[in-house]
Amino acid sequence: MCISRGFSARRWLAFHTHAVLLFLYAPIAVLAVYSFNSARRVSAAWSGFTVHWYAVAWRDVPIQDAAFNSLLIASIATAISTVVGTAAALALARARRAPATRGLIHVPIVVPEIAMGAAMVVFFGLCRWPLGLATTLTAHVVFTVSYVGLVVRARLVGMDPALSEAARDLGATPTGAFLRVTLPLIAPGIAAAALLAFTVSLDDYVVTSFVAGPGSTTLPLKIYSMLKTEVTPEVNAVCTLLLAATVVLVGVSQRLIGRQQGSVLG
Amino acid sequence: MDRLERRTDQRTFVLLALPAWLILGAFLLVPLLGMLLISFSRRGVYGGLEPLSETWRHLRAGEAFHNYTRSFAWIYLRIFWRSLWIAAVTTGVTLVVSYPVAYYMARIKSARWKSVLVVLVVIPFWTSFLIRTYAWMLILRSEGLVNSFLVHAGLIRAPLPLLYNDFAVLLGLVYGELPFMILPLFASLEKQDRTLVEAAADLGAGRWATFWRITVPLSLPGVAAGAALVFIPSLGQFIVPDLLGGAKSVFVGNIINNQFLSHGRDVPFGSALAFELCALVLAMLLLYALYSRRSAARSSTGVADVH
Repeated sequence: MCISRGFSARRWLAFHTHAVLLFLYAPIAVLAVYSFNSARRVSAAWSGFTVHWYAVAWRDVPIQDAAFNSLLIASIATAISTVVGTAAALALARARRAPATRGLIHVPIVVPEIAMGAAMVVFFGLCRWPLGLATTLTAHVVFTVSYVGLVVRARLVGMDPALSEAARDLGATPTGAFLRVTLPLIAPGIAAAALLAFTVSLDDYVVTSFVAGPGSTTLPLKIYSMLKTEVTPEVNAVCTLLLAATVVLVGVSQRLIGRQQGSVLG
Repeated sequence: MDRLERRTDQRTFVLLALPAWLILGAFLLVPLLGMLLISFSRRGVYGGLEPLSETWRHLRAGEAFHNYTRSFAWIYLRIFWRSLWIAAVTTGVTLVVSYPVAYYMARIKSARWKSVLVVLVVIPFWTSFLIRTYAWMLILRSEGLVNSFLVHAGLIRAPLPLLYNDFAVLLGLVYGELPFMILPLFASLEKQDRTLVEAAADLGAGRWATFWRITVPLSLPGVAAGAALVFIPSLGQFIVPDLLGGAKSVFVGNIINNQFLSHGRDVPFGSALAFELCALVLAMLLLYALYSRRSAARSSTGVADVH
């Protein structure tokens, strides 16, 4: 690693950067390490290595239910929002000026989660729509559409329009040019966006806390209630599992983004 | 382009954009409107809403803004003020911590290391905020990592109150928002024209002078973007004050959430508060948009372009 600055300034910058990275990952590492602590109460004292808490979490029926709900909602929400979000991104790529649609895609990201959750629960109440899996799914589709739209749009903006123009010049129909040139080029970006949407849906707490019904607890909701009632070591195991899953999904997503273009940022 | 092509293009646009408009329109825009309307109503006797006839009576008597007037009471205004204050401090601390990191990352020559660092910064960005905040509970508690270490090492006798106060909230917020500041700063610094710095050196400027008079001013749009990405979400934060804050650490997110819980709920009042939060967020966004338009107009070289 070399940079073009002076000696001591470079040293200090490198040290600071590594310290900040350590700071970013330390709590995650602490959590992971303590999920293997065999102490019955969650304390800092290390009593030995065990995977007991993972076994307890795995067998715990409410946790299984919550995990199932989370995966189900995330899968369906991602499927819907990938299609809708990609379509919206394509629409924005075609239009020279579409301020309303551009603004629309940003709304779920800009509105504070608290306000979004509150608005939705009020809406469902007014419609006499009982809170459950369907309401949670709807809410998840709303914000994941936004993430997919923005990520795919960033990919499209970076794509060279000359390629699909060349296809048209060579005689392809607009649909043909799209299916055979554009789509394959942005496919990694779409896949990356889908993975990110899946992760966001899996991890969501605030909005879900407003719109989930009694039978539709998701994993983050279960974790939160476990945190608030009594902190058992089980919680560390569940959290570490969810974190690991997220890191894997995001890592794969980043590889996909990197593979499509040379650009460093998503 | 002839008229037939233009109309087909328009039709394609509408077809592509329609699903998003339907979903977001029906399930976000309409609910937001509904929440605005509810904010003019009042709490019923058993929680929930008062009867519609009562709402109508209030509206006709000109008392529609009851909830908003109530929110201007000092106890609530103070909470808004504290939220603004902690969001501002969070933004400042995050900026100071992030700028050297972004600068270092932007100056790395090896593309491979650069992308490794970017991925390392991006990953926490996408992981669960709830879980990362909980991890800090483990570290800061009186039997947590820091205190156990300090007591064991004999440095202190009784555990330090590191959790359940504003310090913990600030720490949690800065921790959570770091990637949101590092990435825009990095994007801005990376795009800077290196030749400007070389020119300044050729003209005899020292390293510090070059940094303060060339690099920093050119990175201001990135600073503004990062500041907006940190400040605005910090305003409405709920998880961090809820898990890491004490009884006194009440912020806007907490009071809104309280209005929707089972006991003591006041949905119309909560809706009014939520709307005020949205208004605050919108005002900040407008400020940012105005700033970014003005700075884009001023920088004719386009070097400092972030978006």
